[in-house]
Amino acid sequence: MEVTFKIHRFNPEKDEKPYYKEYTVEVQKGVTVLDCLNQIKWYQDGTLAYRRSCRSAICGSCAMTINGINRLACKTQVLHLKSNTITVEPLPKFRLIRDLIVDMDSFFEKLEKTKPYLITHTPAPEKEYYQSPEDRKKIDDPINCIMCGACTTSCPTTWTNNDYLGPAAFNKAYRFVADSRDEGKEEHLDAVNDENSGIWRCHTITNCFDACPKKIDITKYIGKLKMKLASF
Amino acid sequence: MNDIIKHDVIIIGGGLAGMRAALEVCDNHDVAIVTKVHPVRSHSGAAQGGIAASLGNTSEDDYEKHMFDTVKGSDYLGDQDAIEILVKEAPENIIELEHFGTPFSRLDTGKIAQRPFGGHSEPRACYAADITGHVLLHNLYEQIVKKGVKIYSEFYVLDIILEDNICRGLVAFDLTTGKLHTFHSKAVMFATGGYGRAFRITSNAHANTGDGLSIVYHAGLPIEDMEFVQFHPTGLYQQGILVTEGARGEGGYLINKDGERFMKRYAPNMMEIAPRDIVSRSIQTEINEGRGIDGKDYVHLDIRHLGKEKIMTLLPQIHELALDFVGVDCIEAPIPIQPTAHYSMGGIPVNIDGNVICDENETKVTGLYAAGECSCVSVHGANRLGCNSLLEAVVYGRRTGKFMNEFLKTAKHEKLPEKPTEKIEEKISKLLNTTGNESPAKIREELQEIMFRKCGVYRTEVDLKDCLQTVKKLQERFKNVKIEDHTRTYNTDLIETIELSHLLDFSEVIVQGALSRTESRGGHSRVDFPKRDDANWLKHTFAFRTENGPRFTYKPVKITKFQPQERKY
Repeated sequence: MEVTFKIHRFNPEKDEKPYYKEYTVEVQKGVTVLDCLNQIKWYQDGTLAYRRSCRSAICGSCAMTINGINRLACKTQVLHLKSNTITVEPLPKFRLIRDLIVDMDSFFEKLEKTKPYLITHTPAPEKEYYQSPEDRKKIDDPINCIMCGACTTSCPTTWTNNDYLGPAAFNKAYRFVADSRDEGKEEHLDAVNDENSGIWRCHTITNCFDACPKKIDITKYIGKLKMKLASF
Repeated sequence: MNDIIKHDVIIIGGGLAGMRAALEVCDNHDVAIVTKVHPVRSHSGAAQGGIAASLGNTSEDDYEKHMFDTVKGSDYLGDQDAIEILVKEAPENIIELEHFGTPFSRLDTGKIAQRPFGGHSEPRACYAADITGHVLLHNLYEQIVKKGVKIYSEFYVLDIILEDNICRGLVAFDLTTGKLHTFHSKAVMFATGGYGRAFRITSNAHANTGDGLSIVYHAGLPIEDMEFVQFHPTGLYQQGILVTEGARGEGGYLINKDGERFMKRYAPNMMEIAPRDIVSRSIQTEINEGRGIDGKDYVHLDIRHLGKEKIMTLLPQIHELALDFVGVDCIEAPIPIQPTAHYSMGGIPVNIDGNVICDENETKVTGLYAAGECSCVSVHGANRLGCNSLLEAVVYGRRTGKFMNEFLKTAKHEKLPEKPTEKIEEKISKLLNTTGNESPAKIREELQEIMFRKCGVYRTEVDLKDCLQTVKKLQERFKNVKIEDHTRTYNTDLIETIELSHLLDFSEVIVQGALSRTESRGGHSRVDFPKRDDANWLKHTFAFRTENGPRFTYKPVKITKFQPQERKY
């Protein structure tokens, strides 16, 4: 099937403002959006710029907005989109660097604010900390996060509030709050409790859950963080 | 253009080895990580099945068994002093990672769970479902954040500054701005990963273009054992994407078109969990002899009998990958798989302290270090066992960090040349202003195709000579390469073309090394020389760059505890 890709283009050295350029690609079953971007870059237009690496949905490089929804280009099959025209844009909100590439520094900086590491106070045992399979199961889902940014940039609060830490950061905080080995739960919770930047600005719109390529139930975990804070 | 950035140590690469080394150094010295992808995008994260250590949580195990398995798995090419360090230090490294917060899967006792893995005589793969590399990578990133280690993310290293056998720093390109920077340091460490992107079917990320070892080779230093490339038995058909050995460790079958578990003919004892070189050859033989599914070039990996619950608990990523990339629900149907270029046994030669060496007598290069897949210490010899790569990255990352700490106590910033970026600036300007007409993508595609077809699981003199000739022709064509993007801001056209130049350079070394090595050992299998030849080839290959292609010298293997014997499974 012949598919038209309408791709967001912008090079600050040449362009005053972003524009869309169209490319046509012959697509077969199984072909992903990333495969098509590669085809375009390698055989039609070498100037197209985007991030990609693992092409197996684990490195988180290729999150972008595809037909209006934030997704990983490598995991999105073209024929599943059921459309002859596919619009490809950079993740919203972040500073645009070029074409489909955005500056994700602020995303990682916000993550850092949640003290995203295991906090312990008692001396570590000689061997591993014991953790029951049931306790380990509590973090099965949130540890899948690949930090692609699809969730955070699909959240309306992110769009309007520059300080908002966002669902990816909250998920990381939850991952430690829910970890039976962690002794710094108050610190993680404190970090997401700010009136302006914290979880209270989440309005349970569930865009984050819908956008997550790993199907992490982020909205639920934000809810759990709220419950924990409310019961403090 | 020539801002000089100063640190005590620069670590190139933000994967497992690089971050682990940084953690070891950061409390004592000023360390920075320079990496072409953000640390969490590193390919360590794609490792799935586990990390090996003789914790003995589910069976009687000890490091000597782990050592023997690794030596035997390496087809006796692994250096046994380095292997002993790897396996002895494994348990304490795993415990340390667990204390950092790595979420390992658990046994009912609360201890770290361990599963069987290829070539290991005991279940010693510590795992987190089938996302072990992912959780380790993110865990180390968390620690890096906690310690506040400086990261230059999306900086692409183009050269090291090496004079009088002393490494003084490096030159890197800031991808976002297109600016060149000189980094001035007392020590430089490579942790830049493998070179699997030289092959069409590969499990490797687009980023795995062997930049680090190519830079070292160009700087006049040797690279070691490049002909040893591991083909993982189970890559998703036509995609090459990894399907963990853990799928077989948990009990998965390999099936040919006749419905036969064909491994019984090749490795009757270990069956599907024989080492990877053996399983890959078995699959390739089935395919070559017409027993692939529908006569095509793939066989089936069947895990249906494990049942939905086990699959979704232990192998959830495999379920997701098979569904998304080959449209197969592995609970209901077998997964089509084929061998895929996976791991680079060869690399930058280092001693057991992680110090880069410049000849077969182990003469050290002052201030230059390497660890992880880009290095060759050599713990994997001719064939790596599953779960030993994450282990190597962690153990030797940490160890190299420790030795850099020692070195830095007395080291100083050595004098830089007057114009450290001049040569690189010229190279970039030349590429950006090229008037050539050769498409880099076409050259790359032809290279990957010929390398996969003629320098793959099975090799012959005829094929390798043909391959070498093609690689040389492609190198010639590259001189006339055309870059369409002439700007500086995030110019991925330029970066991909520089990466291609690396692929072309070291592919020649792989093929030439494979041609010279007239024996079969581990991942290097010569149809015309099917036997291992210890009398002539129990030695490491060192390749030095000359104008007329690589010049080879050889280094004896270090044998301490285990004399070479026939390798049967």
